[in-house]
Amino acid sequence: MQAFADLFNALDQTTSTNAKVAALTDYFETAADPDKLWCIALFSGRRPKRAVTTTRLREWAAERAGIPLWLFEETYPIVGDLSETIALILPDATRQTNRTLSDWMDEILRLTPADEDSRKEAVLDAWDCLNTTERFLFNKLLTGGFRVGVSQKLMTRALSRATDTEEAQMAHRLMGNWTPETTTFHDLIHAQDTEADQSRPYPFYLAYGLEDAPEALGAPSDWQAEWKWDGIRGQLILRGGTHFLWSRGEELITDRFPEFARSVDFLPDCTVLDGEVLAWHEDKPLPFSELQKRIGRKTVPKKLLKDAPVVLRAYDLLEHAGEDIRDKPLAERRARLETLLAEIPPEAAVIPSPVVPFNNWQTLTDIRETSRDAHAEGLMLKRLDSPYLAGRKKGDWWKWKVDPLTIDAVMIYAQSGHGRRANLFTDFTFAVWNNGELVPFTKAYSGLTDAEFRKITAWVRKNTLQRFGPVRQVTPEHVFEIGFEGIMDSPRHKSGVALRFPRMIRWRHDKPASEANTLDDLRALMP
Amino acid sequence: MRADPVLTFTDRGIYCPAGDFYIDPWRPVDRALITHGHSDHSRWGHQHYMATEAAAPVMHHRLGDVAIQTTPYGAKTQIGAASVSFHPAGHIPGSAQIRIEVGGEVWVVSGDYKPEPDGLCESFELVRCHAFISECTFGLPAFKWAPQSVAAEEINGWWAANAAEGRFSLLGAYSLGKAQRLMSLLDPSIGPILTHGAVEATNEVLRAQGYPLPATTRVTGDLDVKAHTGGIVIAPPSAFGTPWAKKFGRAATGFASGWMRLRGVRRRRAADRGFVLSDHADWPGLNDTIRATGCEKVFVTHGYTEIFNQWLLSQGYDSAIVATEYTGEGADTDDVAEVD
Repeated sequence: MQAFADLFNALDQTTSTNAKVAALTDYFETAADPDKLWCIALFSGRRPKRAVTTTRLREWAAERAGIPLWLFEETYPIVGDLSETIALILPDATRQTNRTLSDWMDEILRLTPADEDSRKEAVLDAWDCLNTTERFLFNKLLTGGFRVGVSQKLMTRALSRATDTEEAQMAHRLMGNWTPETTTFHDLIHAQDTEADQSRPYPFYLAYGLEDAPEALGAPSDWQAEWKWDGIRGQLILRGGTHFLWSRGEELITDRFPEFARSVDFLPDCTVLDGEVLAWHEDKPLPFSELQKRIGRKTVPKKLLKDAPVVLRAYDLLEHAGEDIRDKPLAERRARLETLLAEIPPEAAVIPSPVVPFNNWQTLTDIRETSRDAHAEGLMLKRLDSPYLAGRKKGDWWKWKVDPLTIDAVMIYAQSGHGRRANLFTDFTFAVWNNGELVPFTKAYSGLTDAEFRKITAWVRKNTLQRFGPVRQVTPEHVFEIGFEGIMDSPRHKSGVALRFPRMIRWRHDKPASEANTLDDLRALMP
Repeated sequence: MRADPVLTFTDRGIYCPAGDFYIDPWRPVDRALITHGHSDHSRWGHQHYMATEAAAPVMHHRLGDVAIQTTPYGAKTQIGAASVSFHPAGHIPGSAQIRIEVGGEVWVVSGDYKPEPDGLCESFELVRCHAFISECTFGLPAFKWAPQSVAAEEINGWWAANAAEGRFSLLGAYSLGKAQRLMSLLDPSIGPILTHGAVEATNEVLRAQGYPLPATTRVTGDLDVKAHTGGIVIAPPSAFGTPWAKKFGRAATGFASGWMRLRGVRRRRAADRGFVLSDHADWPGLNDTIRATGCEKVFVTHGYTEIFNQWLLSQGYDSAIVATEYTGEGADTDDVAEVD
């Protein structure tokens, strides 16, 4: 575990990409195979499920530290992380151990089915022989919350260096439905068995946001425009007579969307499509909130299937007749996609996402302004001769979202953040005026710089009117411009509205609270 | 117990009616007894100051030509009906706890304090009392400091590794106290120690008093940077990211503070490294000190006052919170979080 803790510290202590890749490469060159395999699994989000409830962990930790539970609960929000809080309050370790990462992972997997007394004994025993960083990691692994500030891309790069394999190829090998219990390091990285996993997806190609005017992209005739849908990115795989649906987060979500079982009847085997999963009614998408009801559910009740049926709006073809065609230009992939989907009936739940025709950038700029009418959140721009790359790459694909809707609102409640933002007030509730009263309508957490958060934090401390647990009511004084992607009716909220992706655009130092917008102004933005 | 308390808490500061004086007041008063030279405790504008002989030079440096009556540690001074003495607080050079005795009852105002000796400032002295006025900047069980030698080893290891790569190490520290403590922990065989002007000005005052500080070079406009490659630069954190810091090229950056115990704060500071080193008492330090004073009453001033007060009450102390203006948001602290 010490080697893995050292790796974690090295990654945590630097913001340099090169230093991170170097630390990872070093680990992949020196660690034992089972540890490497677990490291890849953990850094690619393949965490084991929570083995112990956090309620028990808090109790055991407080007991071992000799403090009352309430004091633990008061300390936790200030530290900002449960695993870290436990690691910090426990007395120093009394013993040492040389158990490796994979030993500990085996131990954690053994705990899941164990009874509570043996779990407690094992956890207390572990805490007693681990140092602070190791304890922190152990707790993270135990609670299923292990995340680390390294992208899968950097991990893949380091692994490809350590094993002398091409990066895109490595990215593809790491995809799919494996866990450290179902494979070995050798099979995963070195075995060339292509039949190993017919469900294995291709790495998604991700676009950057377009910041400059589209004119900078060159000739319009080199580009294809599509609507940018507000759903979830999905990869539909038809292989071996069955189908698999993957989310961008590399989660296999086949069972949540049974609609796609029918696609096997209408599309040839050995086909892989990239597109957007949307809740769909007749000929248009339903609001994201409808799709959201489906995302969280592992099984879908009949009523929900009827109320919020989904489709895949397909916009790319990655595998055609068993051939990986990602290297072919978009124009060719698009032509093949259209041929493939030309005759497909509506019950297949797969619909091609249309190309948006345009002759010059001004026309397209005008079309983009109508995105909300088209139930889209903007446009995608894709270079016609571009291959389908792996990961987020600049140059060939751009997302060109419409400007957000905005409203000026008054901050009325503040709450401190978690993790990196613990000790800073970062979570705010905003209100607009209605008949002389401030009505809360949204929360927002992001959009300010660290310096602005520090400033507002100092202000909140001095201007707290009342406390409700961790939430502070503050003097209604500061106005913020709130940006959001959409607004819909919501009987559950006092204001009667719910926003999509609310965030702070800027701090309006120039506006007094009395000049913030009203609820009527907000409702006027409804579609 | 007497009917009148030895100290009362007013909107100007902590006040002693029997001696008609204030301790570390934050509004101008006639007579102010000062625990130490940090700006949230030693403010400008009082008529008469009283402080330790060791604290006075820095106060003159910061406040100018003010009237300061000085006293050696441990000596008793009668002020009205109160007998007053200053005792080392272990926070920074010259820092003191102030003991006030009126009619046989003893109260101690600890100011900021650190029980662990650091080899530079006068070591903390335990003063038994009936009532103890305590800070609780780090009054949570998550705050526990490793011995100072651990931080020293980490800092020197970091510096040596940077020096081996031909990089400067830029170490952020408050210019009075933390900066000098860090210097005294550095291993000068690794390379040259450079200082920001604000730090060096304080160094000069403390050196003249006889505090043992290593040799340092002030960073001036005409400094030959190349000749000092691999050096460590001690500067206030506010100097980071300024044109001043640019002359050191791709320097590695670090901070030393008790807050660095928290990963969230470490990451937020966007420095390469955070070292856990504080001039305040940690959780065991606060608890052990309060217990050892034998006090019955505790007043907690700044820090996690509500939580720490609730904890003390649950431990059977007659404890209360006192609202003060000792905070980290003073004019010359750069870090909202830490009260130095």
